[in-house]
Amino acid sequence: MQTHAAKRVEITIERVMQSRLTDALSAAGVTGYTILPVYGGSGRSGPWSRSGQVSKAGGMVQVVCIIRPDRLDALLESAFAVVERHIGVVCITDCDVLRAERF
Amino acid sequence: MSEVLYLAGENLISPIVLSFALGLIAALARSDLSIPEAAAKALSIYLLFAIGFKGGVSVADHGIDLSLGQSLVAGIVLSAITPLIAFLLLQLLSKMDRLNAAAVAGHYGSISIVTFVAATSVLENRGLSSEGYMVAVAAAMEAPAILSALWLASRDGSGKKMDKELWREIFLNGSIVLLIGSFLIGWITGPKGLAEIDSFIVAPFKGVLCLFLLDMGLLAGRGMKSGRGAVGIGAIAFGILMPIIGSLLGLLCAFLLGLSVGGSMLLMVLSASASYIAVPAAMRVALPEANPSIYLTLSLGVTFPFNLVLGIPLYLTLAQAFIGG
Repeated sequence: MQTHAAKRVEITIERVMQSRLTDALSAAGVTGYTILPVYGGSGRSGPWSRSGQVSKAGGMVQVVCIIRPDRLDALLESAFAVVERHIGVVCITDCDVLRAERF
Repeated sequence: MSEVLYLAGENLISPIVLSFALGLIAALARSDLSIPEAAAKALSIYLLFAIGFKGGVSVADHGIDLSLGQSLVAGIVLSAITPLIAFLLLQLLSKMDRLNAAAVAGHYGSISIVTFVAATSVLENRGLSSEGYMVAVAAAMEAPAILSALWLASRDGSGKKMDKELWREIFLNGSIVLLIGSFLIGWITGPKGLAEIDSFIVAPFKGVLCLFLLDMGLLAGRGMKSGRGAVGIGAIAFGILMPIIGSLLGLLCAFLLGLSVGGSMLLMVLSASASYIAVPAAMRVALPEANPSIYLTLSLGVTFPFNLVLGIPLYLTLAQAFIGG
């Protein structure tokens, strides 16, 4: 089956920054993304867990975008402006998609 | 002093405090006991709705006067100036840098609604009433402290410029909207409205509070473990001294406002408590370089247990001694 090269960008960021990030992505023309809850983890700021949290301050989310390679720079620039000062990870991997026109 | 110890002893063996202790011990012992995030949120929504609704009903029942407006102004002023005192005290007692000190100070100007709820429960147990509008004062005290903290942080160029989104998040955060909204519903519907839903918001209230405090204990225990080393002795001393100073400011305001013993105690609790819901979220957005381990450990791991176990009986005794009753 015919597949098309694409980039998968996973941005793990603090929950409080979620709407700012998705707003920035939308402003950069990236309208397709998926938001996943992140249960817990550990990093430079120590371990954390989502269980029992009532404040948005303690949680993380992962925003996943799959885009055409030529749109990667615009996405990263807009995302970096939001995540620069915050805890989080930005990860880019190559992937293949079946329907290129959707990305 | 004996009255404080008696009240503290009585408070210590209440289901509320013991539930908190259970969570704390379970977390420190690394038990796998946990409250799912969605359940914890549901419990907090229930408590906020119930406390707001009952406050509104009380206002509908007793009517309002000038003291409502005066108390709101006093609450806003207390919330705005407490961080300045906290900031100075923190710099005096610890070697904390300016940015972290500003972030911590913001937490101590704002309020802990669960401490407030626990205090109302103690008042109910002792048959003491309070001004129903104290719920609105609690809501009014959430935000000004955040602005003071950001101002303190901005004095050396740190922090983020306030944007429209941040203003919206501070003033329309879920707990403020729910508290004010349920207060208004209670006010509009009055005792008749309460009669319709009291089997839901009155009878189960303390049981739900116990479960929520179990969760708070778990969070506090985990915070103590992960925050070990993040705060020194000076900062821990601050976490105990600052609520006492805040409560005395609250007592002074209550005296000037002519509040009842119950209302005075609640204003003291509001002034003494430290936020762990609204302010941490705002600080993560506006001051991301500030270390959350410091402010969450102090707020949730030091001041919250202190207020719950010793602070509330102390503030009640002081209110009874100085206001009467």
